[in-house]
Parts: sequence; structure tokens; C-alpha cells
Amino acid sequence: MSSITPKKYRRNLMELKRDYQLWVMIIPAIVVVIIFNYIPMYGIQLAFRDYDFSRGLAGGAWRGLHYFSQFINNYQFWDLMRNTVIISITTIVLGFPAPIILALILNQVKWFRTKKLLQTIVYMPHFISIVVMVGLLNVLLSPNTGILGQLISKLGDTDINLLASTNSFVPVFVISDIWQHAGWNSIIYLAALSTVSPSLYDAAKIDGANKWKMILHIDIPALVPTIIILFILSMGNVLGTGFEKVFLMQNSLNLPVSEVISTYVYKIGILSNQFSYSSAIGLFNTVINFFFLVTMNWISKRNSEISLW
Amino acid sequence: MQATTIHKRSTGEILFDISIIILCVLIFLIVAYPLYFVIIASVSDQTLVSTGKVTLFPRGVSFFGYEQIFQDMRIWIGYKNTVIYTVLGTLFNLLLTIPAAYTLSRQEFRARRFLMFFFVFTLFFNGGLIPTYILMKDLSLTNSMWVFIIPFAVNVFNLIIARTFFEASLPKEIYESASLDGCTHFKFFFYIAIPLSKSVISVIALYYLVAHWNDFFTGLIYIHSNDLQPLQIILRDILLSNQVFSQGGGSGGSAGGYAQQFADQVKYGVIIVSTLPILIVYPFIQKYFEKGVMIGSIKG
Repeated sequence: MSSITPKKYRRNLMELKRDYQLWVMIIPAIVVVIIFNYIPMYGIQLAFRDYDFSRGLAGGAWRGLHYFSQFINNYQFWDLMRNTVIISITTIVLGFPAPIILALILNQVKWFRTKKLLQTIVYMPHFISIVVMVGLLNVLLSPNTGILGQLISKLGDTDINLLASTNSFVPVFVISDIWQHAGWNSIIYLAALSTVSPSLYDAAKIDGANKWKMILHIDIPALVPTIIILFILSMGNVLGTGFEKVFLMQNSLNLPVSEVISTYVYKIGILSNQFSYSSAIGLFNTVINFFFLVTMNWISKRNSEISLW
Repeated sequence: MQATTIHKRSTGEILFDISIIILCVLIFLIVAYPLYFVIIASVSDQTLVSTGKVTLFPRGVSFFGYEQIFQDMRIWIGYKNTVIYTVLGTLFNLLLTIPAAYTLSRQEFRARRFLMFFFVFTLFFNGGLIPTYILMKDLSLTNSMWVFIIPFAVNVFNLIIARTFFEASLPKEIYESASLDGCTHFKFFFYIAIPLSKSVISVIALYYLVAHWNDFFTGLIYIHSNDLQPLQIILRDILLSNQVFSQGGGSGGSAGGYAQQFADQVKYGVIIVSTLPILIVYPFIQKYFEKGVMIGSIKG
């Protein structure tokens, strides 16, 4: 590197001497991230190669786009895409506004203790594990013995098994997701609302605004930057629909609507050892996610000057 | 709702307040009741539960489910494993995350912008399941307890939260004046940064702790041996695969039978036993959550 003059070199050396303790503190983290996050990125090559046990992540014969076309021509391709997109989009469309609405409601509660109690309760489900959450759904929704399952079949006058029907998989998935996480996700919006100056409300009151108008013209605008950032982030995950919950909720009866890309990757890759093929499917998924994220960020940057980078 | 009501409140305003109250009560019931129901169902006669007769208080109290759970070796093994993984994992997480966050918070550290990008990039792009799996295999981490502890020791969200906190609470000037007195970064970190950051460290510790406690994925993908399985895998067997009783009787789960009745009680009990540790820690640390999330969100 000829561009580094002796002077520059000396300066770098001095800086290193000055900052060596900082480097000591951050290097373990860097090493772990390189090994466990960046080396797998290097291993993405596997999607374009045949996996060769003896030669590791990047040693097999080059196959180009072979595994991608195998996936796209697979008879399951459109089902997988449709299921993944339906579950993700429904989760976003219904699940994204829920914590915002919840925060707007909680923000109206002026009694300190009541508000704290409500917050404690609505945050709590967030800490339940996914296995317990799905277990909870199973015992509560069971058509024979579950209290909710019985209630619903009484109301609807049908003998529907919510856990095993292709029609109810998405609603059960999304509603339980909202139940579990809307409270927790509302924290960030409540934090944003707490920064609104009280004088704005006073001024609005003098102008004759009622509480509805205050929510509409003060609270919601105050949330917009937070909403946009969180929305972009959630778009980046549009096809990344949580493997674990879908996987645990799957059964042979709801499989036609519950098989998504991530569960398929698991089955093809881990269970039947088709490493290259499932790497290609996984990469396909990652690239679409990344594309959504970049696009949303670009749109947001153009229209509101708010962006992740 | 205002403490001093000078003007008479309009009907619209009263209606608004009433609808807020109704909504809050509804939200409270929808979230709290299922949790409460699990508790009362776990100690009630299952015939009464399954016919919808247990609604507000436990009826026909019996601890059969809990007796079964406490006799079940699988649960104890899972519990023991999960406690080990959680404690060691969380310690390792903190050991890596907190010093790294401190470093990233020092503005005079020139590599900080680049390193920040280096960490954040992993949030948006990753190698995917299969390359990661093969790597773990090559490193002989599969089917070993270390797979729960070493990989992914740095969670980028937690890193950002800690960094933002250090930035806000330890401005450059404090370090500058301390370093004039001969304070090194190590000393500053241990004697000034850590004592001043107990709240954010405890929040991050809790995030890591909950993540380890609830980790199901690692056990599913990387562990084959029964002796190494974490609690969540055992829970899956009991709650979802219906392998409720370790000594046969009732496994296989023919719905509606005699054994199934008791099986449900075991399931309600298992839900409580497995979630209890977190629910016990939770109230003590809850007041910090909001602070923690706020800190992380103010400057991305």
C-alpha cells in the first residue's frame, strides 16, 4: 500500500497505541460475528455449487442457477410463495397498527396506577415462549376440551376445529400474534407520545379541539417518524415469517396453507440433507427480503426524508 | 379525568372517557383472562374444565398435574439444561456485548462508524439456515451444550441499546477529564461506565436471559441427544406432540379418553412451571423496560 505515507503510518500507529484498550474490548465481539454471521454469508456460494462433504462450504462443483430453477419449477413453488406472502402480509396489515392503537388508548389513561397495571398485563404475554404460546392455543382452542374452542363452536353453531382447518390457520396465527406482542410493541410508541409537549394540548384546547381531534392532529403526527422506521424494518422481514411459530402450529390438516419457505428450507435441508437446494431457497428468500427493505427505505427517503441509512 | 374541572365537560368528552374506560377493561380481560384461566385450570378437575364449568375460580381442586410434572425426569433434565444454558449464555452475552458497546460509544474511536455498519449489516442480511448449520457441524458445535452459548453472543439490537445509553450517559468530556488524571479506558469502563449503567445492563441481561430461556430453535436444529435438550423441546413433546406422561399411559393422545383428561391438566401445569421463573423476575425489572426500549429508540 503505497498510499500510506510514513507520516500517516505513524499517526495510525499512535492511534492504535492510544486506543488499544478499546480494540481489546471490541475484538471478541468482532470475532464472534465474523465466525457466526459472516462466514455463513461466504457459505451462500453453496446455493450455486454442489455440496461436497470433504471440501466444505465453498468447494463443490459450480452449478450456477441450477438449484434456483429447480425451486421455481417445483410444483410446490407457488403454494409456498402464496402461503408465505399471505401470512406475512396479514401479520403486517393487522399486526402493525395494533400496538399504535393500543398506545393511543393507553396514553389516554390518566390514572397512573391503572395505567401501570394495564401496561404490566399487556407486556406479559411477550415473555411467553413460542412453544408455550402454541401449547396455549392448543389447549384453549381444542374443540373438545378447550374453553375458547367450545365458545366459538357455540357462537358459530359449527363444529369447526380451529387448529386443523385451512381457513382458520392464518386468523389464529395473526390474532394470537397480536395478543402476544401488541402490548410490548406499544412501548416504543408510548415513549414517543410521552415526549409530546403538554402545551400543545393546552393550545389545542383553547382552539376548541376535542380529544378526538387532539389524537388526530397531535398524537398521530407525533408518532409518524417512529411508525415509518418500524414499518421499514418490518417490511424487511416480509418473507421471513417466523419459522418457529408456523412450524409448531403445523399439522397434517393445515399443511396446505401453513407450509412456508422457511419451514420448507428446514425440511429439505436439515431433515433430508439437500444442502445446496435448500441453500438456494433460503437465499431466494433473503434476497426478496432485502429487496423489500431497500425499496421501502428508498420510498420513505424520497417522500419523508426518514430512512434507516 | 382532569384533577381540576373548571369547565363543565361536554357530553362528547364524557362519552370519549367512557369509551376509553370500556376499551381498557376489554383489553385487560382479553389479555389477562387466558393467563388467569391457565392457572385455575391447572388445579381444577378436568371434567369441569372441559365442560366449561371452571370460569372464575378453580373447582374440584386437585394437584394431580403438578404431581405428574414433578415426577417427570424429562422436565427436570430440561430445566437443568436450560438453567445452565441461560446462565452461561447470558454471562457470555454480557461479556461480549457491554465492552463492545462501550467501544462503539467512544467518539474518538475512528473505526466506530465502520464497525457499527459491520454489526448492523448482519440484521438485514444473513447466510441463511443451511450454511450456518454446516458451519456449526464443521466446528463440532452440533449436539454440544456450547451451541447454546457461543454462537450469536452479540445481539445487535442489544448492542445498539447499550451503545446509545453509554453515549448519552458518558459524554466524551467525562472521559477526557478522567484521562487527564491518567485514567485508562479499562479503568474508566470498570469504575465509571459499569457502575453508572446498572439499569441498562440489567435490561440487556434480562433480554438475553429471556431469549435463552425461550430458545427452542437451537435445540431443534442442533441437538439430537435427549440429555442435552433444553426445556422448550421437552415442552414441545408434552404440549404439542402429546407425550404427556413419561411412563407411557396417555401418550399417543387419543382425544377424549380417560388419560386425555389428565393430560390436559399436566399441560396447564407445564405451561405454568416452565414460565414461572420469567414471571417471577418480570415484575422486579419491569420498570426498566420502558427506559431500555426508549434509550434504544431515540437514536437508531
